[in-house]
Amino acid sequence: MTSPPSPVTDAVTDDAPPGAPVLSLSHASKAFAGVHALQDVSLDLYAGEAHALVGENGAGKSTLVKILGGVHQPDEGRLTIGGEDVLLHGPGDAADRGIAVIYQEPTLFPDLSVAENVFIGRQPLRAARRIDSRAMDREVEAVFERLGVPIDPERIARGLSIAEQQLVEIAKALTRQARVLIMDEPTAALSPVEAERLFAVVETLRGEGAAIVFISHRLAEVFAICQRVTVLRDGRLIISRPLTGVTPDDLVRAMVGRDIVYGEHEVHQPGHTVLKVERLTREGVFLDISFEVRAGEVVALAGLVGAGRSEVARAVFGIDRYDAGAVQVNGTALRKGSPGAAMQAGIGFVPEDRRQQGLVMEESTARNIALASLHRLQRGGLIAPRAELRFAAEWAKRLQVRYGRITNPVSSLSGGNQQKVVLAKWLARRPSLLIVDEPTRGIDVGTKAEVHRLISSLATEGVAVLVISSELPEVLTLADRVLVMREGRLTEALSREQATEQSIVAAATGQPAPTAQTEAGS
Amino acid sequence: MSTAAPKPMNAVSDASKAGTLANPRSLVDLVLRARTFGILVILALFVLVTYLIQPSFLSGSNIRFVLADTVIYALVAIGETFVVLTRNVDLSVGSVVGLSAYVSADMFQAHPGTSTVVVFLVGIGVGLACGLVTGAITAVGRVPSLVVTLAMLYIIRGVDTIIVGSGQVVANSLPNSFINIFHATVLGIPDLAWITAILVGIAAYHLRWYRSGRELYAIGSDPAAARLAGIPIARRVFFTFVLSGMIAGLAGVFWSTQYNTIDATAANGLELQIIAAVVVGGVAIFGGSGSVIGAALGALLLQTINVALNVLGVPSLWTEAIAGFLLILAITLDRGIQLRLAVALRKRRSHLGG
Repeated sequence: MTSPPSPVTDAVTDDAPPGAPVLSLSHASKAFAGVHALQDVSLDLYAGEAHALVGENGAGKSTLVKILGGVHQPDEGRLTIGGEDVLLHGPGDAADRGIAVIYQEPTLFPDLSVAENVFIGRQPLRAARRIDSRAMDREVEAVFERLGVPIDPERIARGLSIAEQQLVEIAKALTRQARVLIMDEPTAALSPVEAERLFAVVETLRGEGAAIVFISHRLAEVFAICQRVTVLRDGRLIISRPLTGVTPDDLVRAMVGRDIVYGEHEVHQPGHTVLKVERLTREGVFLDISFEVRAGEVVALAGLVGAGRSEVARAVFGIDRYDAGAVQVNGTALRKGSPGAAMQAGIGFVPEDRRQQGLVMEESTARNIALASLHRLQRGGLIAPRAELRFAAEWAKRLQVRYGRITNPVSSLSGGNQQKVVLAKWLARRPSLLIVDEPTRGIDVGTKAEVHRLISSLATEGVAVLVISSELPEVLTLADRVLVMREGRLTEALSREQATEQSIVAAATGQPAPTAQTEAGS
Repeated sequence: MSTAAPKPMNAVSDASKAGTLANPRSLVDLVLRARTFGILVILALFVLVTYLIQPSFLSGSNIRFVLADTVIYALVAIGETFVVLTRNVDLSVGSVVGLSAYVSADMFQAHPGTSTVVVFLVGIGVGLACGLVTGAITAVGRVPSLVVTLAMLYIIRGVDTIIVGSGQVVANSLPNSFINIFHATVLGIPDLAWITAILVGIAAYHLRWYRSGRELYAIGSDPAAARLAGIPIARRVFFTFVLSGMIAGLAGVFWSTQYNTIDATAANGLELQIIAAVVVGGVAIFGGSGSVIGAALGALLLQTINVALNVLGVPSLWTEAIAGFLLILAITLDRGIQLRLAVALRKRRSHLGG
């Protein structure tokens, strides 16, 4: 691949629409604590165009949005709005410049009325600088009428659906005369009908000359409403060009296209069924989820962030409730809503966020390892400190945790070793099923491979393992079978042989597998 | 782009019908009004029962007594409401009232013949100084207000103790004109109650009709969203602490007109009664909703109960327990209302084509 900027310039010189860009970001970089979130990214937005921004999780889309929205200031790079160089010092600054951002989670004030939410900080005033609430209500009502939505401007925002909240945000942008409207995955939580309505609104705004940035994982939507596309990967710009002549195939390849480094996959011999999940449903979160995990196999649950994977795992382990369905462990029904019962039944759960949920950061490594096994370390109702230390040291050794002193706080360990401590905590209970959510998030490459080997060897020993991971190489390294979730449903079950980066991305985004439409690609 | 008239979009007719069918705004209004109404009902109930048992409870002098006794609480509750609306809390108000009470009254002792106006200004100045410090640490230094104001509670009380030493201000060092302020009435209502009512009115008007007032609700409702909306959070929060301090300073001067003899323990523990009044009055402890009128009524309710139980001969030991019970009742009630309201709004909302 050539250096990132060249395809951009090619595309722009070839197909730039008449007129200067409304907003132009050039060679922007942003690092957080030394880690590059965005590197040398350029973006041109034109009036009357909807510009798609796509990329995998962690590709840098959100960072880019926050730079345009004035939340983050780029370390390097130049921002031009309407031909004028600007520095955005905060979200208010961006709004004043005509940039409106609709974040994934709409940011409304639940206690204020809809009209106040639209006009907060710039309410129309009458004599003596008092708020003219009648004018405010009237104007908001007019905007909603224009958008064709029946929302009462005087009601409070608490209780609005996500779709309605987004429409309030759009009303905000409209009354601000925004020139640039940025929408970060607006359709993620919408029903198809609600999404259609949103697209119609976007179409109207575009017709009126607004520049739209549209972020979505659903490529079908991108092709339906956008004219231009920018693909980011690992914080870098991959392509930025008009959508004409691009196939979904090309986009998927541009999004994924890293050098594929797989670890060695170890083939396991599955035994009896350990976990049986039947038609598990939690209203509005996941629907009709059925699957099995057998002893000695690693099953990966893949999908995009927000597809409902962690929620299913949490429901199985009893942290969250579910509305319908059943969970069986080793042939016995598992009581719902009780992590204690799940532990008794032999389930171990390594949560996604180890700092918040997996470890007691201030406590020692030893205490953390022993935490889930205290019942075995009691002598007459009290915990025997010597037994605790011996127990912890043994497990730390078995998992090759590298620590200074076992009595030092676990926060002194590296991320990878912290993760091993969480694993040790659960393995010490000798679970028959281990659920691991994002096992190597934020862990360096070397330790990553160790954690992978550890999980794989567990399966060899006969433990049933359910891994949730957003990293495709990890899924492909570990999994004997891959289950793919999309929008709360289990959409695909792939065997080891069927599972490839393309087939998983296709199932996760709802795009037909690129290989199946080679005639469409060039 | 909002000026151009676009083609109308396909409105969902059945959804708009649903929207008019159940107006959520009227529902919310109803609930909020019911909240203030609830305080009035309990108040009326207490007054009625007490009156039936002891008719002298509704005598003019007793009414005056209750109102005069409520003034300081209602007054300080105004400032506290501003602070609590932004999802903060001011625990230092009791100490500020105590310090201001001593320093202002001591003016007459140290400089006999000082004008009353100067004494009031000094009291407010003391509160202003305390508020500036608290506000700066909380808003600019971004330290949680619970900790900052708890520290200020001790620091200000400590300064008070050092200044007062073993001495005190005694009643006969105060000029009669000053002491009479507390007893003066217009139309049978104490002057100080009028002043407090006017200040409550001004504060309520500001919170309702001015941007800077509405923004306090926004900050408490969702601080992260407030930041994204470009609201100057630090400046607004700083202002609430300065206001709370100044009002507590003014209340300190009122305190010395009322009690006349002031030592280093004046207004000790007042802050908790103020917070009780604010919460009973319907101000959400996590910010975002409530009114100063509610808070003032909360103060009035707690004081009325206090006096009523006294009149009925109930040992004063009970009054605190009853105040505590009311507090729990108020919070449980608010929580229940919130949940019900959320469910009702979700059910009744106009389903957007969904």
